[in-house]
Amino acid sequence: MIPTSWFLILGAILFSLGVLGVLTRRNGITIFMSIELMVNAVNLTFIAYARELGSLHGLMWVFFIMAVAAAEAAVGLAIFIALYRHRETIDVDEANLMHW
Amino acid sequence: MTWADLLFLLPEIVLSIGGCLLLLAPVIGGRNNGVAAKWSMLLLLVATAAAIYVAAGAGIPSLALGTLFVADPFAVFFKLLFVVVIAMITLLSAEFLEDGRYSAWEYYSLMAFALCGMMFMASGTHLISIYVGLELLSLASYILAGYYKNETRSTEAAMKYFVLGATSSGILLYGMSLIYGACGSLHLEAISQAVATMAGNQALIIGVMLLGAGLCFKVAAVPFHVWTPDVYTGAPTPVTAFLSTASKVAAFAIFARIFYMGLHSLEPDWNSIIATVAALSMIVGNLAAVTQTNVKRMLAYSSIAHAGYALLGVLAMSEIGLQGVLIYMLVYAFANIGTWAMVMLLRRREYAGENVDDFDGLHKSAPLYAFAMVVFLLSLGGIPPTAGFIGKYYLFAAAISAGYAWLAVIAVLMSAVSMFYYFRLVVAMYLKDGAAADVIPSRQVRFIVIVCLIATLTLGILPERMIRGAARSIAPIVNLASR
Repeated sequence: MIPTSWFLILGAILFSLGVLGVLTRRNGITIFMSIELMVNAVNLTFIAYARELGSLHGLMWVFFIMAVAAAEAAVGLAIFIALYRHRETIDVDEANLMHW
Repeated sequence: MTWADLLFLLPEIVLSIGGCLLLLAPVIGGRNNGVAAKWSMLLLLVATAAAIYVAAGAGIPSLALGTLFVADPFAVFFKLLFVVVIAMITLLSAEFLEDGRYSAWEYYSLMAFALCGMMFMASGTHLISIYVGLELLSLASYILAGYYKNETRSTEAAMKYFVLGATSSGILLYGMSLIYGACGSLHLEAISQAVATMAGNQALIIGVMLLGAGLCFKVAAVPFHVWTPDVYTGAPTPVTAFLSTASKVAAFAIFARIFYMGLHSLEPDWNSIIATVAALSMIVGNLAAVTQTNVKRMLAYSSIAHAGYALLGVLAMSEIGLQGVLIYMLVYAFANIGTWAMVMLLRRREYAGENVDDFDGLHKSAPLYAFAMVVFLLSLGGIPPTAGFIGKYYLFAAAISAGYAWLAVIAVLMSAVSMFYYFRLVVAMYLKDGAAADVIPSRQVRFIVIVCLIATLTLGILPERMIRGAARSIAPIVNLASR
């Protein structure tokens, strides 16, 4: 059987890649994909721990997280579409109306 | 799941059904009617308040949904505060919804769902109920921040809020997953028992740090504050009032509950980090506010600083500290909503009321409102006899008695700095003439200003009831923490 730590390390790598993507990418959709990657890394971590602990709680979490992520996708994509109507682009660096 | 469960969940049930009905109302009625929507929302809030009383009187042990949810006095305090705040914001919002350019029913429905989320946060005793409540609040807030969908500024604010908010909840979740791995459960009591026996566990410490980072984002503490000025400036002003009071108060409710109930035995590991965050929030928030000329932006930075003050109470881990957090949230909510109502009162079709200059000569055209603004600013600055003084007194006393005298010194110094930029508005109102500022003839916004004025003065001069109420509300949590 594959040891739990491997899954945890994979989860950590995926999570870091997600954070890196959010920090470096400038396209709104790519940023959103990176956020989803972070959330899925969390799911993987929960499942790995649930298997190790032999408890169902972690698996339940994953269902909740998937439902929330779907709602988040609906809201997020709607916001990007609204922004595109104003700007004709969803490059987040172009969103610079407010500066001090 | 029993009938008693349903009784404890009554306020949330009322709100969820009410929110759905508000959403369906235009389908049934067929019209975008701002006035009807406003009264429906107020009616829903009255029903919710009644439900809170019923649930609070339903007896002990007030647990529902297994043990995921508790209707204890701590939750009731916050829920009642949320209902009052949302009622005030409903009246403030009516002004821009009644002219029919934006859908009023959907707006209030989102507000109702956000309120439902906040109530789950206040009552959650398991990280999953807290997380789902938090997301319900956040998702509604992202949409509300972009509600001026014809204004590029508002849409940009929504986008920034969404990207940073979704990232922060990802970080929060990763923290929770590590805590789950370390403790084997995400119930706050189980976490507190597990934490007591496992000091120095790496996964646990990283998990708590990530969880803390996510919470600091929600309360807008430095270094997770960058979204605040932009979102507060771009969002419609009533929504800004909502984000800077209701949403922040809800975040502090879970901050306090998680740390006092779940992680109190972890104290030495995390409180130096929280102390740094509090100090940075006070310093950065206040110093950045000094340079602002836009009132909304200035108040945004000031709200970052206020998060720093309130963190002192979370940090202190004592009865007086928790009591301070509750009192501070109450007085901050009234003073802050009053200030935002004043900004709205000066707004005409354009964006007047957003620049410090727009307040020029206000005391001549509207002396009562100029005086109200002074009271709100004094309360935010913590000067007696306003309510803000009582709140700051408790927080600073808690910091000193917990051994953080240096933080209390920073807090006092930074309060002095904050008086400097608050008084720029006072100078504009009383000493400058300019094109005499005028107030819009909106009865509901004026009403809110007066309500906040009376509340701020009354709570400042006769604080006994508030202090006793806060003391009663924290009893269940403090008993748990001292066990």
